[in-house]
Amino acid sequence: MAASTEAAIPLPPRQSGLVRFARSLALLRESPVGMVGAGIVLAWALAAIFAPLLAPFDPNATILPFQRPGAVDPTTGHTFWLGTDKIGRDILSRIIYGGRRVLIYGPIATAAAYVVGIAMGLAAGYFRGWWDAVLSRVSDIVLSFPIFVLYVIVISTYGASGLNIVLAIIFASAPGIMRIVRGLTLDLRNRDYVAAAQTRGEHPVYIMLVEILPNARGPLIVDACLRLGYVTITIGTLGFLGLGLPPPDPDWGGMVNENRALAPAFPHMIVYPCLAISSLVLGLNLLADGLREISIKD
Amino acid sequence: MTDDARTPVLEIENLCISYFTRAGEIPAVADFNLTVYEGESIGLVGESGCGKSTVAMAIMRYLGSNGGIVGGSIKFKGRDITHLSDEELRKMRGSEVAMIYQEPMAALNPSLTIGAQLMEVPLIHEGVSEQEAYERSRQMLADVKLPDPDRVMAAYPHQISGGQQQRVVIAMALLSKPALLLLDEPTTALDVTVEAGIIELIAEIAQKFGTAQLFISHNLGLVRETCDRICVMYSGEAVETGTIADVFTRMRHPYTRGLFGAIPLPSANKNDRPLVAIPGQLPLPHQRPEGCNFGPRCDYFREGVCAPQAVAMRDVSGAANPHQTRCARFEEIDWDAPLGTGQVNEPIEPGELVLVVDGMRKYYELHDRSVKAMLSGEGVKYVKANETLSFDARKAEVVAIVGESGCGKSTFAKVLMGLETATEGTITFNGDEIESTEVQQRPREQVASMQMVFQNPNDTLNPSMTVGGQISRVIRKFGVESDADKVHDRVMRLLDMVKLPRDFYHRRPRQLSGGQKQRVGVARAFAGNPAMVIADEPVSALDVSVQAAVTELLMEIQREHGTTLLFISHDLSVVRYLADRIVVMYLGQIMEQGTTEEVFSPPYHPYTEALLSAVPIADTTIDKRKIVLEGNLPSVVNPPVGCPFHTRCHRKIGKICETTRPPVLVDSDTHQIACHIPLEELQAVLPVFFAVDSDGTPTGGGAPAESTAGG
Repeated sequence: MAASTEAAIPLPPRQSGLVRFARSLALLRESPVGMVGAGIVLAWALAAIFAPLLAPFDPNATILPFQRPGAVDPTTGHTFWLGTDKIGRDILSRIIYGGRRVLIYGPIATAAAYVVGIAMGLAAGYFRGWWDAVLSRVSDIVLSFPIFVLYVIVISTYGASGLNIVLAIIFASAPGIMRIVRGLTLDLRNRDYVAAAQTRGEHPVYIMLVEILPNARGPLIVDACLRLGYVTITIGTLGFLGLGLPPPDPDWGGMVNENRALAPAFPHMIVYPCLAISSLVLGLNLLADGLREISIKD
Repeated sequence: MTDDARTPVLEIENLCISYFTRAGEIPAVADFNLTVYEGESIGLVGESGCGKSTVAMAIMRYLGSNGGIVGGSIKFKGRDITHLSDEELRKMRGSEVAMIYQEPMAALNPSLTIGAQLMEVPLIHEGVSEQEAYERSRQMLADVKLPDPDRVMAAYPHQISGGQQQRVVIAMALLSKPALLLLDEPTTALDVTVEAGIIELIAEIAQKFGTAQLFISHNLGLVRETCDRICVMYSGEAVETGTIADVFTRMRHPYTRGLFGAIPLPSANKNDRPLVAIPGQLPLPHQRPEGCNFGPRCDYFREGVCAPQAVAMRDVSGAANPHQTRCARFEEIDWDAPLGTGQVNEPIEPGELVLVVDGMRKYYELHDRSVKAMLSGEGVKYVKANETLSFDARKAEVVAIVGESGCGKSTFAKVLMGLETATEGTITFNGDEIESTEVQQRPREQVASMQMVFQNPNDTLNPSMTVGGQISRVIRKFGVESDADKVHDRVMRLLDMVKLPRDFYHRRPRQLSGGQKQRVGVARAFAGNPAMVIADEPVSALDVSVQAAVTELLMEIQREHGTTLLFISHDLSVVRYLADRIVVMYLGQIMEQGTTEEVFSPPYHPYTEALLSAVPIADTTIDKRKIVLEGNLPSVVNPPVGCPFHTRCHRKIGKICETTRPPVLVDSDTHQIACHIPLEELQAVLPVFFAVDSDGTPTGGGAPAESTAGG
C-alpha cells in the first residue's frame, strides 16, 4: 500500500441519481404493456397540469344545461365535446379539472399511507417479538373492518376536507402496506449485509432505512402503482357518496353522483366521468404490470 | 477402458448447444465429444458456467424453451435422440436415462409418501401390479442402505433427513433400471459425513447394477473417488479427457493443471507451497476469445499457435488409455515445472493472547406451549447451541473452527460479535470481557477491532449501495477517518489491497462477480484495522480457481497485518492448508482441539477421524481409510445424553458413552480430546491418510492392516 503521497486519486465520474432514475425509466420501453400504462397516466398528468389551457370552458360556469355531446355554445361558438350537466357546466372541462383533484390527493394520500405502513412494517419485521405482535394485531383489526364504513364514520364525523380524505386513506391502506413491508423485512433482515451492519454496531434505524428498505423498493414500487389505482377508486367513491371535497370544484365521483338520477335520459353525464376514473386506474394497473415485468427481467 | 468390445451406452459427437436470448444466439457448448460405455463412470468437471449441466440437460433433451442443439448428435444405445418426439422422449426419460439433482428436497413431492413416489416408476414405465411395485420399491430402498425401508415407504419427505432423501432419490432413479444415470452435483447440499455415505453408495452402483454414470461435479476429489474416467470442461468445451490416473498425475492441459494448483491438496502449505490461483476470469459465452478459450489466462499462450485458429482435441502420445487434450502446445510445455512464483513465506510466530474463551455456554429457550407440556411442567426446553467452549487464539494466528451444520459454530460467531449474549462463561478479547455486552453497547474501537467476512458472496454486500459507499461507511463509522478526501483515499487503498480496480468505487454489487464481491467483503472487514477477523466459510460458495485467489488474498492480508483469523469451515482440506490450530465441534461441543498437525494425526477423536476420512482428496498418491458414519446428525433441540457423538460413533465403547459426558484427555499443551476411550488406545489408531502408488498399492509401513471402521 502506498503512503498518502498519492493524495489526488482521481474520482471516476459519478452518475447523478437523476440520470440513474431516467435510465431505469427507460427500461420500461422493454414492456409494451407498461408503456401503454405510462402513456395513459402521463396523459392525465399533463391534462391536469395544463388544465387552464386545455379546458374550453370554466369548469364551474353554468352555461347551458342538458346539452348532448357535440352541441355548440351559441354565445362563444365553442363545442361542448362531452355535453353539459344538469346545471349547464361543460363536462369535458370538469373532467380535465377534476383530474387535478385525483392527481393531487391520490399521490399525497398514497405516499402518506406508505410512510406510515413502511414505518410499521419495518419495525414489526425487524424487531419481531412484541413489536410484531402488537403492530400485526392492530393492522388485523383495522383490516377486519369494512373499509367504507370506516370512511363514512371518519369523514362524516370530522367533515369532508382534503386532510380528512388523506387521513382516512392512511388509516385504511397502511395496514396492507405494513404487511407487505413486514414480509419483505423478515426476509431481508437475514441477509449477510444486514448482519455486517449489525456487527459494526449500526443503529437499528440506520439498518432499516439504509440496509433493508432500499432493497425492498422493487416490490414496493409495483405495489404503490396498484395502490394509487385503488386510491383513485376510493377518492371517486367518496366523491360519489358525497364525502369528497365540497362542491362546486369538479370531482369525478361527485359528477357521477350529481347527475345519476338523469342517467337513463342523459348517459353522457355519468359515462364520461366514470371512463375518466377507469382509464386512470387502468393506466396505473398497466404501469404496475410493466414495472413488475421489468423488475423480474432485471 | 481400451476394451472396445464393450457396448457404448452414450455416444456424443461434435455436440453444439446454443441458447437463444434477446441478445442473440449464445453458444453454451461447442464441439463436445464423449463416449460412455456400459457400467462406466465418467466425471464431468468444470467451474460454474463451463457448460457441464447443459450437456446433462441435452442428454435428457431438457434444454428449456430457449435452448437448442444446433449441431452434432447424441446417440443413446445407438439411436440418435436429438430428433425424438415428445412421446418417445417421455418413454426414455426416467426409464432409460435417469437424473439426480443437487437438492433432494426439491426432487421429492412433499405431499406424497415416499412409497407412492417410488411405486410410480414401475407402475408407469412397466405397468406392473401394485403389489410388485411395492415389493420392488421396498427392495430398492434396502439396496440403497436405508434403515427400516417399511417405515421410509410410509414416510413423507420432510420426515427423513437430507442424506436419506438423497438416497430415496437415487433409489427412484435406479428403480427403472436405467442404462445411464446422470448425477448433477448430488452431494453438494449435504454435510461432509453424510456426503461420504452417498459417495460410497454411488461408487457401488456401477458394479451392483451395471449402470453407466455421468457424474457432474466441481470437486476433483469426489470424481477421483467415484469415476473411472474424467472429462474436464472449460468455457463450453472439453479440454482434457482420460482415465483418472492419467489426468490426475499426467495432466496435459494448462487449465487442468491450474485447477490442481488451486485446490488445497495435502501437499500444499500456506508457507512454502501456497495455492496458485488461475489468473483472470472465465469469459462470458459471447465474449470468448479467438482460438484457445483458455488463452488469455494461460502462461503458455503463444499467438499464431494457440490463436486465432481453433484448437482441436488431440491424443496425448504415449498414453496407454485414450487421453486427449485441447492444448496446441502440450508437447512443448514442461509439465513438471512448479506452479507459481516459488515464493516462500516465513511462518509467523503467534503473539500474545487476543481471544480467550472460557467455559462459554449459549442456551436458547424454546417454549412449548402445548397443554401436555404445561401439565408435565416441561414448558421450557433449552437448545444447547454452545456447551462449555474453552479455547484461545493468539495474535497473527489462524484458528479454524470445524464442524457440520448444527455444530454451533455460527452461534459462537454471533456471541463473539455481540449479536447474542452468552448464557454462562467468559470471553476475553484484548483483555476486556465481552460475553454479555451487545454490540451496540461495545466501545467503537472494540467493535472495529473484531470484524467478520461472510459466506455468501451474493448476500454479503448491500445491492443498492455502491462498493465505495459501503466501505466508506465502515471507515466513518469506526472513526478511522472523517475527512471526505481521506476516507476516499483509504477506500482506494483498501481496493488496492484486495486487488480490485479503483473504478470499482462506483460499481454496484450486481456488476461484480462472486469472487470480486467476496474481495469487497474482505476489504470491508479490514477497513477498521481489526485485531481479529472471523471468516465464516468465506470461500465455500466460490468456484475452485476463485477460491484459491480469495484464500490467498485473505492469508496475505492476515500475514501483513498480523491479524488473528478465526476461520469457520466444514472443509478440512482448506482448513489443513491455512490453519495453525483447529477446533473440532459437534452439536455445540468441542470434540478435539490442537495444532493442525496434531489434529491430522493420531490420536484422533473418533469424530475427527470420520471427518478426515470424509474429505475427498484429489491426490492419487494419497489414500485413506474409509469410515462411513451410520445414522443422521441428531437434532440440536434434543441432543444425545452423554457424549453427543455416541449415536454415530464407530468406536463407541459401551453404556458409559450414553450416560456420562466424556472427560477431556490432554495429549499435549495444545492438544485435547473429549472422549471416554483412553488416550493410549486412540494413539494406537492408524493414520487416516497413507501414501500409495498411483495404481493404488500402499507404500511404506503406514498402510492399514485391517479395517478399523467396524461398529
